[in-house]
Amino acid sequence: MTDQGIGASVKRVEDLRFITGKGQYVDDINRHGQTYAVFARSPVAHATIKNIDVSEALASPGVLGVYTGADLAADKIGGLICGWMIHSKDGSPMKAGAHPALAQGKVRYVGDHVAVVIAETLDQAKDAAGLIQVDYGELPAVVDVGSAQAAGKAQIHDEAPNNTVYQWHLGDKDATDAAFAKAAHVTKLDIVNNRLVPNAMEPRAAIGDFDPGQDQFTLYTTSQNPHVARLVLSAFIGIAPEHKLRVIAPDVGGGFGSKIFIYAEETVCIWASKKVGRPVKWVAERTEAFLADAHGRDHVTTAELALDASGKILALRANTKANLGAYLSTFASSVPTYLYAPLLSGQYDIPAIYCEVDGVYTTTTPVDAYRGAGRPEATFVVERLLEVAARQTGRDPAEFRRQNFIKSFPHQTPVIMAYDAGDYAASLDKALEMADYKGLAARKAESARKGKLRGLGFSAYIEACGIAPSRAVGSLGAGVGLWESAEIRVNPVGTIEVLTGSHSHGQGHETTFAQVISSKLGVPIEQVSIVHGDTDKVQMGMGTYGSRSGAVGASAIVKAAEKIVAKGKRVAAACMEVPEDSVDFENGEFLGRGTNKKMTFGEVALQAYVAHKFDPELIEPGLKEGSFYDPKNFTFPSGVHIAEVEIDPETGHTRIDRWTAVDDFGILINPMIVEGQVHGGIAQGVGQAMLEHTVYDENGQLITGSFMDYAMPRADDVPSYNVSMTTTPCPSNPLGVKGCGEAGAIAAPPALINAITDALGHEEIAMPATPQAVWRAAQKSVRKQAAE
Amino acid sequence: MTKLSLTINGRRVSADIDSRTLLVDFLRNNQRLTGTHVGCDTSQCGACTVHLDGRSVKSCAVLAASCEGADVMTIEGLADGTTLHPMQAAFREHHALQCGFCTPGMIMAGVDIVNRNGSQVDEATIRKELEGNICRCTGYHNIVRAIESGAAAMAGTKIAAE
Repeated sequence: MTDQGIGASVKRVEDLRFITGKGQYVDDINRHGQTYAVFARSPVAHATIKNIDVSEALASPGVLGVYTGADLAADKIGGLICGWMIHSKDGSPMKAGAHPALAQGKVRYVGDHVAVVIAETLDQAKDAAGLIQVDYGELPAVVDVGSAQAAGKAQIHDEAPNNTVYQWHLGDKDATDAAFAKAAHVTKLDIVNNRLVPNAMEPRAAIGDFDPGQDQFTLYTTSQNPHVARLVLSAFIGIAPEHKLRVIAPDVGGGFGSKIFIYAEETVCIWASKKVGRPVKWVAERTEAFLADAHGRDHVTTAELALDASGKILALRANTKANLGAYLSTFASSVPTYLYAPLLSGQYDIPAIYCEVDGVYTTTTPVDAYRGAGRPEATFVVERLLEVAARQTGRDPAEFRRQNFIKSFPHQTPVIMAYDAGDYAASLDKALEMADYKGLAARKAESARKGKLRGLGFSAYIEACGIAPSRAVGSLGAGVGLWESAEIRVNPVGTIEVLTGSHSHGQGHETTFAQVISSKLGVPIEQVSIVHGDTDKVQMGMGTYGSRSGAVGASAIVKAAEKIVAKGKRVAAACMEVPEDSVDFENGEFLGRGTNKKMTFGEVALQAYVAHKFDPELIEPGLKEGSFYDPKNFTFPSGVHIAEVEIDPETGHTRIDRWTAVDDFGILINPMIVEGQVHGGIAQGVGQAMLEHTVYDENGQLITGSFMDYAMPRADDVPSYNVSMTTTPCPSNPLGVKGCGEAGAIAAPPALINAITDALGHEEIAMPATPQAVWRAAQKSVRKQAAE
Repeated sequence: MTKLSLTINGRRVSADIDSRTLLVDFLRNNQRLTGTHVGCDTSQCGACTVHLDGRSVKSCAVLAASCEGADVMTIEGLADGTTLHPMQAAFREHHALQCGFCTPGMIMAGVDIVNRNGSQVDEATIRKELEGNICRCTGYHNIVRAIESGAAAMAGTKIAAE
């Protein structure tokens, strides 16, 4: 089975339905008697609601119901929650305002949910939503994160004075300050990590369906973690107890973090299906997605790096203001804290690190995890500091990094993380070779002859993923455990269903998880079905985010498979009449050691169910095992990306000439799929660095609210990628795997900005480096060089 | 209401429709051909790409009523029974899809690119011609490889047919 097992680039099982148009996304599902929901959204960023008049909307043709926050409150439906408690440095808990699914008394961003119309048709619901009369008492918008905490700014939530949710810190301030005091060189950078809109291609959607006969709710939803959605909707929001609430996340068209969260729309659809007694469907228009899907990034940071005279890094210091938007989304509080500052050691041996983070409310869309979530922000800080420090001190940026690499493992950083394995020099060496670093000077000269500016930039990233050990995240404030579950059901003829709590929305689990089964149980993947995304089928699970499905989800499958083999050995021993401890399992066969007796996997499965040949008091009939796997540690993928660009100083056009990526993801289950994850991550990183920008005007209106205004990377914006791997197996899980889903998005932005600033003669530039910004910087650089 | 008759995936179809119905909504809601997707509201993403009289169009930017007598091909009609179209096969072979949401539009656009540019179509042309189709998952690398490969395979199919 090795051609289908771990390590094989098996073509994806799930592809056949997608390439023939037979996928089943939420909007492809229609329930009998279905009605349509349309939300009336706030057109202003910040206002009190003086009055809502829904009478005209209610009288509109086809309308079955119009509901506001008052109706949710009357039904005792709770607000949306944030599941990670952060404590400020003075020990006080974070100061979070209420987050009702429909506004109660106040709106806090453009797109905030004011009311919902349920009607027979979508057009009728849209028409009626336009007839809702809201009397707003406008308040000043608070848009700029840098000044949102200033005295005199409008207060967004009464609970959070100065719009400050927390003032958090990590690391040893005194040791860090002392290291800076004796530094031979200090590099200081002001960094803006630009706000992004995740924009999975499938817009969010939901169908709420209440069955009065069974007193049972079913929610079809675009979720990365349907069990977490059920838990929150049940235990916190109070829709129904868990055994009366089924959540189905069918084919989901991309997530990138934005479909982790439990949003207002899903909550209202499931609740309203009981109010109107009919299924209620809502599908986001893209413009709604821009307004109402949680955004990503949006940090303003001052960061410093201290070196001694030999180039050894002594310390790193960062002060960050993180824009959390108008409400705390599901995991918003953790992203700029525990998913950010613990990564500030990068791949480097840094004796002292200190980071302060203010979490800040503004009257903008809530901000939460987006591909990488905190780790791209940290990597951007570290890799920009390293690059600029090398330039300022006249060092080769590759050798400066190598000098400061962590070289022995395990390595305890000063910011929580204990790196378990890695070989950073191996990735660097391979990347330098692939990128032809030695030939750079000649290529720069050739570009100069053509009047072009060529530059090369490094990014030696690390990330912590495979999130995570439950006890560890619990000690840091997480409200949930982050194990994963698996159940293996072997049928009497030897076919297998694997139920997993992970959720695939592009990652290819139906293939990779079947490969794991093929390796462990010796059956072809055609005999394996992977079942996910339905809380009635899979008992419990934590879902897919933080590059955790391989390290945690597949590890749970391995643990369950080990139990299947153990049970199979007992059944086989009884059938073959040999001692239990003399049965071996190899290549799908149970062998009686020292005998010529053997049984295939299918034969043992059949005997387990026939149950004729063993004592039921000693062996239970059947062949089904489960596992809840909780990892020992995060995994720490790492790698080196090198971007090389050529800029036309006359137009500001930046062409990415070559992209080299060498990543260490430990053992690969399916190299083809892993490389695809890297490609996609790089493109999102290129988008952040060169194209994508979320712009609000001073009144809090979202200026970049459609694909006409928000520049998504397209095929001719990105290059082909030269991707390769190095391998240090992860010692913290049974497969030796590390996460690969976010690496590209983490690595790419600093590589590209380092390349562009190299081409621009070290002239600094902010993200996104649009043609206009690059042109301005190029002109400045040319003038400066002329003056010299 | 407007009376509409057209051919979809080789099948004659007639229906009474609201005159403001978009082709994409007619395909998805009236014909239940849900392989054609809606990813935006500004005709930018290309997830709704279908072939109208042999040329790719964004079906969110076409009124169904304007398709009287037309020949429409959607992703559901591309395969020859259980035999995949060479472009479909190339997308699987080259791992040119992840979540699958943009994929039907990408494949329909890919076939049209080859029809217009020939089987020797180069990478730069493919990237330029994919301007109207957005993918958030793949970073386009494997989509470009798949269309190059699908182009060659389509040429082979034509030769075989002749």
